[in-house]
Amino acid sequence: MDSKKGLAKKFSEKIDEHCPENGVKALHVCGTHEQSILKHGLRSILPNRVRLKMGPGCPVCVTPSKEIDEAIWLAENGVTIATFGDMLRVPGTEKSLFDARSEGNDIKMVYSIEEALDLSKKVDELVFFGIGFETTAPSNAAAILNNPPENFSILSSHRLIPPAMDALLNIDGVDFDGFIAPGHVSTIIGTDDYHAYPNQYDMPVVVSGFEALDILYAILKLIEQINQNQPSVDNAYERAVKEEGNPKALEMMETVFKKTDADWRGIGTIPNSGLRIRDEYSEYNAREKYHIEVENSRDIHPGCMCHLILTARGKPTDCGLFSTQCTPQNPRGPCMVSREGECNIWYKYGGKK
Amino acid sequence: MCIAVPGKVVEIDGNEAMVEFEGVKRKIRIDFLDDVEIGDYVLNHVGQAIQVLPEEEAEERLKIFREYLDSYEEKAKQE
Repeated sequence: MDSKKGLAKKFSEKIDEHCPENGVKALHVCGTHEQSILKHGLRSILPNRVRLKMGPGCPVCVTPSKEIDEAIWLAENGVTIATFGDMLRVPGTEKSLFDARSEGNDIKMVYSIEEALDLSKKVDELVFFGIGFETTAPSNAAAILNNPPENFSILSSHRLIPPAMDALLNIDGVDFDGFIAPGHVSTIIGTDDYHAYPNQYDMPVVVSGFEALDILYAILKLIEQINQNQPSVDNAYERAVKEEGNPKALEMMETVFKKTDADWRGIGTIPNSGLRIRDEYSEYNAREKYHIEVENSRDIHPGCMCHLILTARGKPTDCGLFSTQCTPQNPRGPCMVSREGECNIWYKYGGKK
Repeated sequence: MCIAVPGKVVEIDGNEAMVEFEGVKRKIRIDFLDDVEIGDYVLNHVGQAIQVLPEEEAEERLKIFREYLDSYEEKAKQE
């Protein structure tokens, strides 16, 4: 009976044995996958011709400056802002929320929207800066459907994963042979949306969990699809992901939010990739409630390569600022800010390959 | 952001549940789950349970991996 270690060794041997000579480039779009890959040293136990690449899998990193600037504008105009900790240090055009907080504005870090709702009882006006992919958006939909207090609203900055996967397939220079799809996003959205990739692009998809063995299992399944030349959608995280996803969460999301074109830092505008709060709930839409005025914004600062890193066209060690001028303590670009940003993860775990 | 942690439901009160994560209890919401019962394992993401997990023993999963690895040779022959 093999232990986990024994199984990992077996997986890496099988992957080496069956990986095509010209190699396989697997692209994932999830910060938690990247953390697991580096934490367990998966790149080092895989043959060099298996390349694991990361796309835009960090909602904090892809939030454009303009939306950070909007949150800062609100704070500077007397509104309390509540958001996840990772958002505080993301550079806006001129400053971050953290800078705005040190200038005396009321910006609070919360772990959930529930905490933000509790906070709203203690302040005049509160805006929850709601970021995240499909995993996070339903919680915010549920909060709005639960009749929050009048002084509470949401600055919706959600992004959707399948449109980003579409975009990656259509950006020149993004080179990969198959998708490792994100397990927890898939828990909500299910696997239906992924069928377009094998059907229209001959691109295999394997939905993966987050443990080392889950990821190795997904890579071998991807290689299997490539060798058999039968691209399909394979669910390798069956214990959490159902084909239909979570219908109740999807229904709440659909009730509260409408898909809209949205800007992604480093990528540009992606059609129908964001969520705006529907007119029926505009009293909880911070953009309707307040007349936010922000000037021209700037997403990528000189020398920063985040736009290439976010689109899997470069890796952190390709960037001249990485680990010298750009560190988690002093981040110059969004990928270094969040614990889910590729540069931040590589800095922490010493990624090289 | 998309990190989700499994925990065991120990109390249910309407749309809220007390869930135990490796000894730590936290109150989370269960808006998206029908028929969740005390003793179920749920996946928690930013204070919301996003899915009930089957009570799958870790050993059971390793068995799936073993079987897949063992059957791979058979399948590979058909390539």
